[in-house]
Amino acid sequence: MIPESLQLALDSAPFLLKGAYYTVGLSLGSMFFGLVLGFGLALMRLSKVWIVSAIARVYVSFFRGTPLLVQLFMIYYGLPDLGIELDAITAALIGLSLNMAAYACEILRAAIGAVDRGQWEAAASIGMTRAQTMRRAILPQAARTALPPLGNSFISLVKDTAMAATIQVPEVFRQAQLISSRTLEVFTMYFTVAVIYWVLCTVLAHFQNRLEARANRHDVES
Amino acid sequence: MITVEKLTKQFKGNEVLKGIDLKVEPGEVVAIIGPSGSGKTTFLRCLNFLEEPSSGNIVVGDIRIDGSQPLSQQQGLIRQLRQHVGFVFQNFNLFPHRTALENVIEGPIVVKKMPHDQAVELGRELLAKVGLAGKEDAYPRRLSGGQQQRVAIARALAMEPEVILFDEPTSALDPELVGEVLSTIRALAEENRTMVIVTHEMKFARDVANRVVFIDKGVIVEQGDAKELFANPKEERTRQFLERSRN
Repeated sequence: MIPESLQLALDSAPFLLKGAYYTVGLSLGSMFFGLVLGFGLALMRLSKVWIVSAIARVYVSFFRGTPLLVQLFMIYYGLPDLGIELDAITAALIGLSLNMAAYACEILRAAIGAVDRGQWEAAASIGMTRAQTMRRAILPQAARTALPPLGNSFISLVKDTAMAATIQVPEVFRQAQLISSRTLEVFTMYFTVAVIYWVLCTVLAHFQNRLEARANRHDVES
Repeated sequence: MITVEKLTKQFKGNEVLKGIDLKVEPGEVVAIIGPSGSGKTTFLRCLNFLEEPSSGNIVVGDIRIDGSQPLSQQQGLIRQLRQHVGFVFQNFNLFPHRTALENVIEGPIVVKKMPHDQAVELGRELLAKVGLAGKEDAYPRRLSGGQQQRVAIARALAMEPEVILFDEPTSALDPELVGEVLSTIRALAEENRTMVIVTHEMKFARDVANRVVFIDKGVIVEQGDAKELFANPKEERTRQFLERSRN
């Protein structure tokens, strides 16, 4: 029984690895685009121009207030009605990025807002521009606050990529569905996939801890 | 050096500064004293536009800024002015993620585009000057309040400002740490640096300042030679204030 399951897992390995490749690619890709877009949105949120900040607020409200699954269906199955046809992987990447951006925006906005006002003033008092202040004084401090929640969001994102299976992206969960429907070894396949997600998230959590330690290094008492 | 003309500041309908005129000559040390809520800190913060004046002009060297115009349209001028006007905060406001030396060289490198080696040399020199040689690599968290404030003074000096503004530089310090910061400022006064100091340390104001300005309820009530003003205040309000601060 056990050896047979193991054999199946091993036989499926090439498919699962290929799936894992898409899972990792989707995760990293949407982390990157989500973070970039989220940062832009956070700056918009902090803008003094009412309408700019309102646009960001509505964006965040929409993407946090609707299920990711619905968003993916809108993009992949819905957009063709408007003449926009995307392949499954692009649609998933866009959907996950847009969703991630909403969470990243709120995390970054809160972290930037949490930096003491005196830091802006200190930078201003030596003649720094707002952009210089943001880059050199505010963001490094905001990063410390933002890293733990961002890490959590990234870990959620890795798991959320499983939803891309519903729009036919051949990521790891989809591969498991395909194999298990063929072999009927349902538990083994899904358990194997669970372990793959677990490993991915553990690796990510490890990087998160290292980054946090790095960001906090000036805080260490000795 | 600095000329302030008819500076006013309203805060939600509340008139905090009611038309202040002040001229600070090169090499002069001016102490600003007054009760809490008198507007003295607001006045000082208006001088480098950390606070937006409602009206009035501020002139530093050949930079002239009209406080009644929106500051957002004068950002370039304001940044120029700030390079000539150093500011030392009550709460130090050091960059916590940078070492003492990095705090000091931040302005020269980022704003003045000074080559890194030259900035480091300048930074070490200034830290030594404020008595912190050997603390270059310490993060602010590891320094005492007095040490942090001296780093902040070095950071202001690093921009080679023509005037330095001090906003109650010892108010956030434990009593035993006040002395080291005051003697650092005193040493700067002896170099004939132009400084404007908002302070509650009356003895220090009398000893170090050339001129004392007493502000109450948003106006300059009285000003004059430091020793003279403390010995023979002319105005009743000044007399009362000095009386109270002695106790």
